[in-house]
Amino acid sequence: MEWLGLYNYWVVVVLMMTGFYVVIAQGNLIKKIVGLNIFQTSVFVFYISLAKLDGGTAPVYVEGTTAYTNPLPHVLILTAIVVSVALTAMGLALAVRVYEAYGSLEEDEINAQDEQDA
Amino acid sequence: MIEHHLPALQVLLPLFAAPLLMFLVRWPTLAWAVTTAVCWAALLVSALLLEAVWAGGPISYAHGGWEPPYGIEYRVDTVNAFVLLIISGISAIVMPFARDSVEQEVPRDRIAWFYTAFLLANAGLLGIAITGDAFNIFVFFEISAIASYALIAMGRDRRALLASFTYLIMGTIGTTFLLIGIGFLYMMTGTLNLADLAERLPAVHDTSTIRAAFAFIAVGVSLKLALFPLHLWLPNAYTYAPSMVTVFLAATATKVAIYVLLRFFYSVFGVEFSFGVLPMGYVLMPLALLGILIPSIVATFQADVKRMLAYSSVAQVGYIILGFSFASTLGLMAAMLHLFNHAITKAALFMALGAIVYRIGSPRIDAMAGIARDMPWTMAAFVVGGLSLIGVPLTAGFITKWHLLLAALEAGLWPIAVFLLATSLIALIYIGRVVEAAYFRERPAGAVPVREAHPALLLPTWALALASVVFGIHTALPIGAAARAAELLLGGYP
Repeated sequence: MEWLGLYNYWVVVVLMMTGFYVVIAQGNLIKKIVGLNIFQTSVFVFYISLAKLDGGTAPVYVEGTTAYTNPLPHVLILTAIVVSVALTAMGLALAVRVYEAYGSLEEDEINAQDEQDA
Repeated sequence: MIEHHLPALQVLLPLFAAPLLMFLVRWPTLAWAVTTAVCWAALLVSALLLEAVWAGGPISYAHGGWEPPYGIEYRVDTVNAFVLLIISGISAIVMPFARDSVEQEVPRDRIAWFYTAFLLANAGLLGIAITGDAFNIFVFFEISAIASYALIAMGRDRRALLASFTYLIMGTIGTTFLLIGIGFLYMMTGTLNLADLAERLPAVHDTSTIRAAFAFIAVGVSLKLALFPLHLWLPNAYTYAPSMVTVFLAATATKVAIYVLLRFFYSVFGVEFSFGVLPMGYVLMPLALLGILIPSIVATFQADVKRMLAYSSVAQVGYIILGFSFASTLGLMAAMLHLFNHAITKAALFMALGAIVYRIGSPRIDAMAGIARDMPWTMAAFVVGGLSLIGVPLTAGFITKWHLLLAALEAGLWPIAVFLLATSLIALIYIGRVVEAAYFRERPAGAVPVREAHPALLLPTWALALASVVFGIHTALPIGAAARAAELLLGGYP
């Protein structure tokens, strides 16, 4: 049952593949962004998991504790979350502009309109 | 005192100037002037850095006084000083061209925002090149990428929006893969500093974690550099972006991603691991060859010259990766040379095309029929750039092809030498189609007579076109720099 002990990594794998699948399979631009967010979230969970030490506490000096959880990946992931927020905002803003220009968010319909123009 | 802070200034100049431009929304010309000043200052910094590195060896800059490997380190050596010079040089030269081109293509009230995004993209690319910290590379990748998405979406055609969206999706997957790879590396070594990683990796080389890290980084960065077949975002993004953005991104964005791949393969993982333990040569070389052949053929069928040049860019990435995949001094020299030569050549071509689009309003090949009579100087610059792209002797393109040939022969792969000659002929065909239309066909009936592009558009175009000839004849500087860079990359971290 050793593999069960690594369950958080399994969660990461499942989330990552779910997100990735949604990005590839969905034709709707908003759904693609949702998929992208799930995909990125899996990476955040991955970083936070790798920092955790069994029995480790917060990295604050307290009498009697010797094992600390590594705070650095948490800080890294804070940055990555900010990046992800900016990306989501950018993606949604583009989706709004696409909707204004084409009246649709479905990739097939947009491509069909472009082919009519050409 | 100020010399000591040059590495920080390189990135901070454009990064801090970008938000200031938001106050100049009502004065677009002033926003342009500030951007130009910043770009030329950044070029000066790059030149000083290259000079310092050339004479005194690598420079390490500890941000906030936190000593590496604990703090974030900026590290400049011959390889990235060269890349920095390419980025800041292209952005400085494109600025005089940008003023009129952007005024025509971007609504007046968005021009200042446009330059804000441009400076951010510039800062991001410079940051990727200069930093010595793996996580920092990810952050700068995203800074430059998000700004590029905004820049591309400012194209006049509504298809620019979807092109930008596709780039956003694929680019984000690429950078997230890079992030996963960096996570694996950190997991095994506990460090993010590239030089420190290079030192600690050999002890844990033989683990599946490190192999997974390698795979994620290789695929992620390959997406960003548009390695065939991961190039699908590129043609649309380059075709529908404003002319000035295409010039800038085509010359710099993929080059910086290639630099990151070089850095990871050669300096961090080491050449023995990348090309010995893992057979990357056998993976990259076929992809590079297919990546030269297929996009080149596709380029010959394009009716839109901008899209044609975009496909040609994918092919040129193939040439660089080909040199890269030999894992020899000559091959690396060819890759570094082509990084430089292709940046100036392709920028000259896209600028000449931008000047034509400025006058006739369309990048389509049939709209360009007979244009050489009305715009002789612009078309002449296009021809010079085209010759360099084909690799005709006495142009910069020839120097790269020559080194690639030597590297192929040195590796005993003479079919590749033949292949290189054949693909140069394909380039001759697609450049030839444009030249044929512009010089030997009549202007389409009812076409509005056009004038020669004015000097602000013409001078930067000719500066780069001439540079591609000068560096084809006077080869000491690029070859010297490339030789040093190749030596450095093969030697791991000094």
